[in-house]
Amino acid sequence: MSDTLPLSIQNNRRMEQWIRFEPDRTVRLAVGKVELGQGNVTALAQIAADELDVAPERIAVLSGDTEEAPDEGQTTGSQSIEVSGRSVRLVSAELRARVLDRLAQRLNCSPAELTVENGVFRRGDAPTGHDYWNFTTAEDFARDIEGDATPKPHTAYRYVGQPLPRRDLPAKLSGRGFIHDMTRPDMLHARILRQPCRGARLASLDETALRRAERGEFRVVRVGDFVAFAGDDEAVVQRAAAAAPLHAKWDNVPRITPDQQEAEWLVGQPSNDRVLGDALPAAETANVVTASYSRPYVAHASMAPSCALAEYRNGHLSVWSHTQGVYPLRTALASVLGIAQDTITVRHAHGAGCYGHNGADDAAVDAAVIAMQIPDRCIRVQWRREEEFGFEPVGPAMHITLRAALDETGKPVDWTADIWSPTHVQRPSSGGNLLTHEALPTPPPEPRPTDPPEANGGGGTRNAFPLYDIAARRVVHHLVLRAPVRTSALRGLGALPNVFAIECFMDELAERAGIDPVEYRLSLLSDPRARRLVENIAQRCGWSSRRPAGSGRGLGLGWAQYKNRAAYCAVAVELDVDQEVRLRRIWCAADAGLVINPDGARNQLEGGIVQAASMVLKEQVRMEGEGITSLDWAGYPILGFSEVPEIDTEIIHAPDLPTLGMGECSFGPTAAAIGNAVAHALGARIRDMPFTRERIEAALLR
Amino acid sequence: MAQDIALTVNGRSVRVSALETTPLLDVLRNQLDLKGARYGCGLEQCGSCMVLLDGEPIYACSREVGTVAGRSVTTIEGLGTAVQPHPLQQAFLDEQAGQCGYCLSGIVISAKALLDRNPAPTRADIATALDKNLCRCGAHPRILRAVEKAAAMLRGGQGA
Repeated sequence: MSDTLPLSIQNNRRMEQWIRFEPDRTVRLAVGKVELGQGNVTALAQIAADELDVAPERIAVLSGDTEEAPDEGQTTGSQSIEVSGRSVRLVSAELRARVLDRLAQRLNCSPAELTVENGVFRRGDAPTGHDYWNFTTAEDFARDIEGDATPKPHTAYRYVGQPLPRRDLPAKLSGRGFIHDMTRPDMLHARILRQPCRGARLASLDETALRRAERGEFRVVRVGDFVAFAGDDEAVVQRAAAAAPLHAKWDNVPRITPDQQEAEWLVGQPSNDRVLGDALPAAETANVVTASYSRPYVAHASMAPSCALAEYRNGHLSVWSHTQGVYPLRTALASVLGIAQDTITVRHAHGAGCYGHNGADDAAVDAAVIAMQIPDRCIRVQWRREEEFGFEPVGPAMHITLRAALDETGKPVDWTADIWSPTHVQRPSSGGNLLTHEALPTPPPEPRPTDPPEANGGGGTRNAFPLYDIAARRVVHHLVLRAPVRTSALRGLGALPNVFAIECFMDELAERAGIDPVEYRLSLLSDPRARRLVENIAQRCGWSSRRPAGSGRGLGLGWAQYKNRAAYCAVAVELDVDQEVRLRRIWCAADAGLVINPDGARNQLEGGIVQAASMVLKEQVRMEGEGITSLDWAGYPILGFSEVPEIDTEIIHAPDLPTLGMGECSFGPTAAAIGNAVAHALGARIRDMPFTRERIEAALLR
Repeated sequence: MAQDIALTVNGRSVRVSALETTPLLDVLRNQLDLKGARYGCGLEQCGSCMVLLDGEPIYACSREVGTVAGRSVTTIEGLGTAVQPHPLQQAFLDEQAGQCGYCLSGIVISAKALLDRNPAPTRADIATALDKNLCRCGAHPRILRAVEKAAAMLRGGQGA
């Protein structure tokens, strides 16, 4: 049985790691996945509520804590419900079954005669006098989790499938709830002078001039090339850190040239190359079409610059972080600081949405390094806005060339995707890839770039294989070894650029064949769930009455199954283009199997749509000279309220099918739908993101 | 030199000791323990720090506390609490208008200023008023709905 157990249970087999019945007649559910604004913790409580038969209000969820919660790795890849949710379901069902089996023995009846109502056990209609809180004993928790209990059928759910409100929003709407709001005894505020890049050496720091310019008390903490300012007065350390770069001189800082910020620069750079799928050479037919698409470097651009708290007292380091993974961060901290893991506790505290690997872990290491230098104080590190934009790992640029060999009807029989991309994941698993570590006297070796394996959904190759009926399909992945700045995971990894490329290319092939794009897709699509979504979205957006191309108003669509195995999503976009793009209306259809919280799901779908639209229309990380130059919201604009249209979302009801991760599934289809709608509006195609005014003008001139 | 500065915050008179140039945001968060106004950029670009100054929305991140002496500041804590929310906060909860929630304090403040001067705004009016605030999660459609709903509640039209 155990080989089919979800990873979360395989790694945390003891029942009490997950569930406890507390003296106040509540249930404590501990999980390793953390709330990042996606509502997963609320949904996990719903799952436990149904399997235990305890009202969700009585279930307190503790998430992300190396002392108290199971190790579920990182909260990434739309896995919280698919993996952690499945685990919580199995664990809860098993605990309920164990307790009821024992009660049945006690009452000399069959477990089938017993029911549970909000934690209270009944036999038929009669009370038993027993409940989880007075009947459960250590014996119920003694055995490892087997994963062999049968969860309820979906028809028996009371809470799963209901739009329960988020647990954390009331606090966040009344001035609390974030790590940024935490205060601790003996707290010192700290700011960092960032090393411009790996290998840079601090030639001089004119502390006297800095202190003269910035009045107020602060300490300077220096370890190697790591410099921090710490003091009681946050405004003072903030000013000191903002001014510090003027008083610091760095050696060994390579210059970035502006061409390096473009996706096109990647092509031809040194790379590790792999061919996936059907072997080369690609087939030749009388009609071979190629086209190239790209996305530049993009930022997570969290609303809150990263923050962390750390304190070192009595030989124990406690760290609070909005990290996506408390256990991996603890491993990294132990490695960086050279102390034992069991002397470190990492606790998750809520941050702003991160959408992937941003500055969270780096800020935590900053705070920890300072705390080791200033023991017995709580060190609160708050990154500055320019620090978050300038030093968070960015989402990698991608350049994709698609090639299709067409048959005589214009349908592809052989498909090749050539993908150029730096790595999509450089998480600080064992201490590498952390800014602070690189500034310390013994920096780690430069990490060897790797990308997530295809078994985990891939990185640059995520969603690279088209899910159409094509006789031969291959992906040539060029993992570019060196990017001008640090890159790491950003929502969906390669899915957005790849789906954009595939779905735009499909429209282009359809046009060449003289076939309607929806009809063209359906003629190459056998998966019934995908067909249903494409038909649904085409019907709802009024596809059949689409105007001729080139009118200035465009209607386009795109679809994907995230990671080619998670949730299905189709998006249609109606927009106007003159000098820039104005979104008019967006339709979305998604199939994620059993949906735990439909309102949370809808929120994720719509959030993904708005964020993807923002990226396609506006976003590019700018870099030149010593590093990133888009350091504020003027340099890195995102979509604003006046630019967001109505979004009409429909979730396909499929409760009898397994839950599919859906937090990232609308990302690629949105980008593709915008690409296709703009091409339809203009009668000319833009294949490079973002769709700037210059690119629109250039397309019109072609 | 730190000065004694008197101002009204959420209807209460307070005295703080700070340099006149200290950002109002710093005083609210670190001296008055009002964490609702949040640091986002320090540049008047994102709106996370918004508060009302004599009823007008301002950016607390760049506003020097010396300039608000004797004046009245309202933060989101001055509107309502988790237990007794203001209709705007209630409407945001009803619509589940938010994902991470970091931007919401500033957005609720911007919306409050709008509804105080225009009790029946159109969706376009609301969007224009909220263009001073950024949201990265993409909760915009719900936030716009929540403000429309709050406007109706405050007018007594429904569910007040």
